Amino acid sequence: MASNPMSGGQKAPARRLSWNDPDVRSVVYQIVALAAVGLIGWFLVSNTLYNLQTRNIASGFDFLSREAGFAIGEGPIPFEPSDTYARAILVGLLNTLRIAVIGIILATILGTIIGIARLSKNWLVAKLSSIYVEVVRNVPLLLQLFFWYAIITETMPGPRSAFHPLPGIFISNRGIKLPAPSDHFAFDLAGLGFLVALVLAVIVSHWARKRQDATGQPFPVWRTAIALVIGLPLLGWIIGGAPLELDVPRLQGFNFVGGATLTPEFAALLAGLVIYTAGFIAEVVRSGIQAVSHGQWEAAEALGLKRDQVLRLVILPQALRVIIPPMTSQYLNITKNSSLAVAIGYPDIVSVANTTLNQTGQAIEGILIIMAVYLTISLSISVFMNWYNKHIALVER
Amino acid sequence: MKILKTAAAAAVFVLAAQGAYAGATFDAVKAKGYVQCGVNTGLGGFSAPDDKGVWKGLDVDMCRAVAAAMFGDAGKFRLTPTTPQQRFTALQSGEIDILTRNTTQTLARDASLGLIGAGVNYYDGQGFIVTKKLGVKSAKELNGATVCVQPGTTTELNLADFFRANKMTFKPVVIEKMDEVVGAYASGRCDAYTTDISGLAATRATQLPNPDDHIILPEVISKEPLGPMVRQGDDQWLVLVRWALFAMIEAEELGVTSANVDEMLKSENPNIKRLLGVTPGMGKNLGVDEKWAYNIIKQVGNYGESFERNVGKGSPLKLERGVNALWTQGGLMYAWPVR
Repeated sequence: MASNPMSGGQKAPARRLSWNDPDVRSVVYQIVALAAVGLIGWFLVSNTLYNLQTRNIASGFDFLSREAGFAIGEGPIPFEPSDTYARAILVGLLNTLRIAVIGIILATILGTIIGIARLSKNWLVAKLSSIYVEVVRNVPLLLQLFFWYAIITETMPGPRSAFHPLPGIFISNRGIKLPAPSDHFAFDLAGLGFLVALVLAVIVSHWARKRQDATGQPFPVWRTAIALVIGLPLLGWIIGGAPLELDVPRLQGFNFVGGATLTPEFAALLAGLVIYTAGFIAEVVRSGIQAVSHGQWEAAEALGLKRDQVLRLVILPQALRVIIPPMTSQYLNITKNSSLAVAIGYPDIVSVANTTLNQTGQAIEGILIIMAVYLTISLSISVFMNWYNKHIALVER
Repeated sequence: MKILKTAAAAAVFVLAAQGAYAGATFDAVKAKGYVQCGVNTGLGGFSAPDDKGVWKGLDVDMCRAVAAAMFGDAGKFRLTPTTPQQRFTALQSGEIDILTRNTTQTLARDASLGLIGAGVNYYDGQGFIVTKKLGVKSAKELNGATVCVQPGTTTELNLADFFRANKMTFKPVVIEKMDEVVGAYASGRCDAYTTDISGLAATRATQLPNPDDHIILPEVISKEPLGPMVRQGDDQWLVLVRWALFAMIEAEELGVTSANVDEMLKSENPNIKRLLGVTPGMGKNLGVDEKWAYNIIKQVGNYGESFERNVGKGSPLKLERGVNALWTQGGLMYAWPVR
């Protein structure tokens, strides 16, 4: 081992390439390790391909453009059995995203409330939230999903004897049926108004902060934002002719038609995920708030800030520093745990991809798609949360 | 250089594994001394454990018949319960030697999975079960219904095809585990549950609390020839499995049963003599003992006996022979000549 052409070190002419040089050793080790990993990877891939070929098992992703032939229970975009496997997988993906996004939002709200309640000076509130956290954290999620699914399907009446609490709303073991906006131009305008309002609200808050920095004049940002979010969609609806007809569900045959549906599968999965994850988020929030020393409250109040300003400007920025990293893992957990949907029949990406790989017999491709989807979603959440974490990090001087 | 050693070990392992699967199944089974069969995780009449924990059913009998032909002992088998999704992978990877798991034979399965069907041991068709109080008399009245179904089967495709062909709509509720999907139907989450009619009969007899509250609709919406499958590439093994099944059917046609098989050894009928190995030759062709069919009939019974015991009159399912009767009685069960 007197010389090694791979290693660097041309800079110092006095230095000889020697096995005793730690730099040389580390470079050699890394090259060898990398080569070994590459070799194993290549071996696994080529071996798999070889075996598939010798056993006459089809491989490749051609099946994606073939007709799927099966139906999917629900999804944000329409799906017919005559559509392709690719579209089926897209429906599954959107279903996963839907449950993940709504689950993350609701779990964050519920978890924050419980976490703050656990710190309450009210003995009953504090104890009840402690019990909640201990119970939901310590029962396996799959059992909780079965529990919620059974509650919904076993206790709710059939569609013909559905609960009818308000006009147009039916609750049965087929899910909750709600009136939906009908297919009218005005409702599209209202939706557009909502999006515009969100953008305007962000712009106003930036402008208000700048103005306050420059002039010291505060601006009622929240009230303005709420007015925008309610006002603009209303305006769109009125411009569109203020139609009053809604798509109201009605009983036809043995099921409801029309309206929007919250299915038992979606409801059970959402309830299970939100209630389970909120238990963890509550602990994250509690620890984050407790990590900020009490002196911060007193100091902020001594400066004359109002209580909500203390929370918003002093306590939360410091608590978030502690809260965000573990929160990221909870968000990832919701996304990944949503794959338990297959147990209660919610057509998420795993469910649809499983059916696909069974119909086509192409297991490896199906599993690759599932892995790629979860990896992409999880990395996106991580990247966003890391960016947010950096954004709110305290600038230490 | 620990990592290199690991890599080398991994390489050797993968190579060795590859070698093991490439070997002929027939010889491998003979060498290990038992047949490994993939069966259903629990479908009454086809493969399910009884109250003593012994697995019984038409598919288990198929497995026992192969063991009897191969080893002269119907007990030399082991079972691997598989879900619809695992079954083909289990056979492809060599984890099991035969798939006797009420599996429908289709073109795609024969041609693209590296597997091959070895015959049909039950002609089935897909149907619907509904509660009587739903008031539906025909599957054509199911427009708009919610239907419970298991994923990963031809069932899911037939369901969609049937509703498309009749210009009706439906909502599927797709649940993987059998117990859960039947539970969803029993609780009223779905209007109907669909699978093969034999499976519906089994579910009604064994899993639903009040069997008389449910009716199986008359429409048979698909052809489901259920039968054993083996891996492609070992024709001797394929032939043995195929003829183990044919021997059971042929025995019924010739009137040979587990009770009278010893007397039949003295029969003058040349067909019986060939089947039971009194006239030697058939066993040699298959590469097994001349008493292969005798052992099947003696220890497992002929097809009719197996049928009645597992799914017919002698079972809770009470299924009619129907299309599964012998061809001589208007059915589809027809064995190629043993000669």
